[in-house]
Amino acid sequence: MIQLNANHFIYLLQAATWTLLLSLIAFAGGSIVGLAVALLRVSRVRALRALSSGYIQLIQGTPLLIILFLSYFGLGILGYKLVPIVAAGLSLTFYAAAFLGEIWRGCIEAVPKTQWEASDCLGLNRFQQYAYVVLPQAVKLAIPPTVGFMVQIVKNTSLASVIGFVELARAGQIINNSTFEPFVIFTVVAAIYFALCYPLSLAARALERKAHAGR
Amino acid sequence: MPAAEAPRKAPREPIVQVRNVVKEFGPLRVLDGVGFDVAPGQVAAIVGRSGSGKSTLLRCIAGLETVQGGSISVCGHDVGRPGSAARAQLRRDVGMVFQSYNLFPHLTVERNITLALTLVKKQSRDQANAKAAEVLSLVGLTDKRTAYPEQLSGGQQQRVAIARSLALQPQVMLFDEVTSALDPELTAEVLAVMEDLARRGMTMITVTHEMGFARRVADLVVFMHEGKVWEIGPTAELFASPKTAEFSQFVASEL
Amino acid sequence: MSYQFDFSFLADRWPDFVAGAWLTVQLTVVSIALGLAVGTVCALIRVYGARWMKAPVGVYVELIRNTPLLVQIFIVYFGLSSLGLKLSAEVSAVIALVVNMGAYTTEIMRAGIQSIQRTQLEAADCLGLTRLQTIVHVVLLPAMERVYPALSSQFVLLMLASSITSQISAEELTATANLVQSDTYRSFEVYIVVALVYLALSFLYRFGFWLIGLVLFARKRKLGTAL
Repeated sequence: MIQLNANHFIYLLQAATWTLLLSLIAFAGGSIVGLAVALLRVSRVRALRALSSGYIQLIQGTPLLIILFLSYFGLGILGYKLVPIVAAGLSLTFYAAAFLGEIWRGCIEAVPKTQWEASDCLGLNRFQQYAYVVLPQAVKLAIPPTVGFMVQIVKNTSLASVIGFVELARAGQIINNSTFEPFVIFTVVAAIYFALCYPLSLAARALERKAHAGR
Repeated sequence: MPAAEAPRKAPREPIVQVRNVVKEFGPLRVLDGVGFDVAPGQVAAIVGRSGSGKSTLLRCIAGLETVQGGSISVCGHDVGRPGSAARAQLRRDVGMVFQSYNLFPHLTVERNITLALTLVKKQSRDQANAKAAEVLSLVGLTDKRTAYPEQLSGGQQQRVAIARSLALQPQVMLFDEVTSALDPELTAEVLAVMEDLARRGMTMITVTHEMGFARRVADLVVFMHEGKVWEIGPTAELFASPKTAEFSQFVASEL
Repeated sequence: MSYQFDFSFLADRWPDFVAGAWLTVQLTVVSIALGLAVGTVCALIRVYGARWMKAPVGVYVELIRNTPLLVQIFIVYFGLSSLGLKLSAEVSAVIALVVNMGAYTTEIMRAGIQSIQRTQLEAADCLGLTRLQTIVHVVLLPAMERVYPALSSQFVLLMLASSITSQISAEELTATANLVQSDTYRSFEVYIVVALVYLALSFLYRFGFWLIGLVLFARKRKLGTAL
């Protein structure tokens, strides 16, 4: 049995940077697609609303694990080499987009109707209404729950381990395969996740309090 | 005077005794040596400006607040001390009606009334329902049995709250500014119910802003000012000849 | 693209998917029920408990909510067994899911319980209800009604997350799929089928929780308004 040593910790911390990178990819991709999902969801065109809503229902009704398998094997079928980070990045992007889209839709709808009416009376067109009146207000509402959802993204990157992407959870498994000290190793892994997530949780809560106090 | 027949509301052994009560919220002394008695069948009105401590006094009598000094006895139960074993007993004998009604929003009118009957008095549902029907007719809301609180007007909700307390057959009823949240026309229907109760001989202590009601119904008026009983006496006497400037000013301002 | 989809494995393997779905239902119904119980008790402690009770509950909630379920499952299954506590994959799965569910439910129920005004407690007190009676009849039911939408979403999320227990080979739907996949080599098709089964389950769960809500919340059934 190999003793747990400093190299193992360095290995875990390196893997944690992959966790962070994957989280960033998922958040960036999820934000772009998610904004589109949110805007379609409040569109005046019924078909677009239905499309967006269908997408949300579909993703939110399927386990992320299965989405990961589907993109991994799906990309393989399309003839692409099975690159775990691409499959994981895509899966998490589509996953995050559904949840962020739903969160942001709520924020857009929370902007009072009178704001639309007022800007309409000033002669702003639909795009200008969004750009100058509604979205700036919605963004303010959206920040706390969005930061909160980032915690979910970081935690969910652990599932990329199932398609062979070596991030923090996978690194823990690899070390465990040689050292056979699962309790210690997975506790350390959990502690690193906690160190990544807890500050985000605290920030989300502080932002939420501030938003409430401002009202 | 021959003691052949005592008048109906002559002072008998008091049912509520408040002695030298001190109540503090942190550094703030809200009640400063308050004392008075209420005899069975009497209606006492506690009046005074907001901040005079009158609502706190009532909450102390109801056992909702602990007191720092003095004693309160209601129906022979010692109230106002933390962890007092008399508390559970007190609940059987004292009913409380709040300014904000405090009906349970998730329960029907009937269930609001029967909840304590089945849980506390261990009555069967049928027994409890019969009692609910009885008290609902007393407050004139028989047809609202299956309604939920949010479907009722404020006045109706308050009448249900009174019925809910009555169902437990208390010996003393406490009313904490029960009409303050109501429009004038709704106030009237609640006051009518209370007057009816007074006529039936219920012992009542009511904190109120309704001077007309106090004059008409109360036997005893307690005027609170700066945490003290400033003036106290039989209603007619007190209103006819106020002894203090504060009370005459208060009466004048309320008219 | 010349990929030929082939779902022919369904002809003789469909009972596996049904069995797998049934296992997932059993696993998650037990976990939801126990998790709700844990979360409700913890939420009551967080709102009404003494300070020394509140602190450990707070630590529990934060630890669980800020670490991945996958790692929690590994700690319970591999970690505890290395410490000498050998648990089957299914028992480990239930424990991990309950612990996880309990933490999220605590936060949801806490919000519900805090929304019950103190005056409601005073009214119950004045009617002579004991503390326990007050909590059951005056606090918990309306609190649950207020947060029921969040609660049922969380239940559905847990059902979906239960797929992660396949990583310790707990018997449920995803593990079944992994098995069929390794027999048939039709990975993409198998996971499409499984995705559809999960989708169906999530709709079924939502419908089920809606029905339970109707039974539980008579006021809502009659008036249709939010409490």
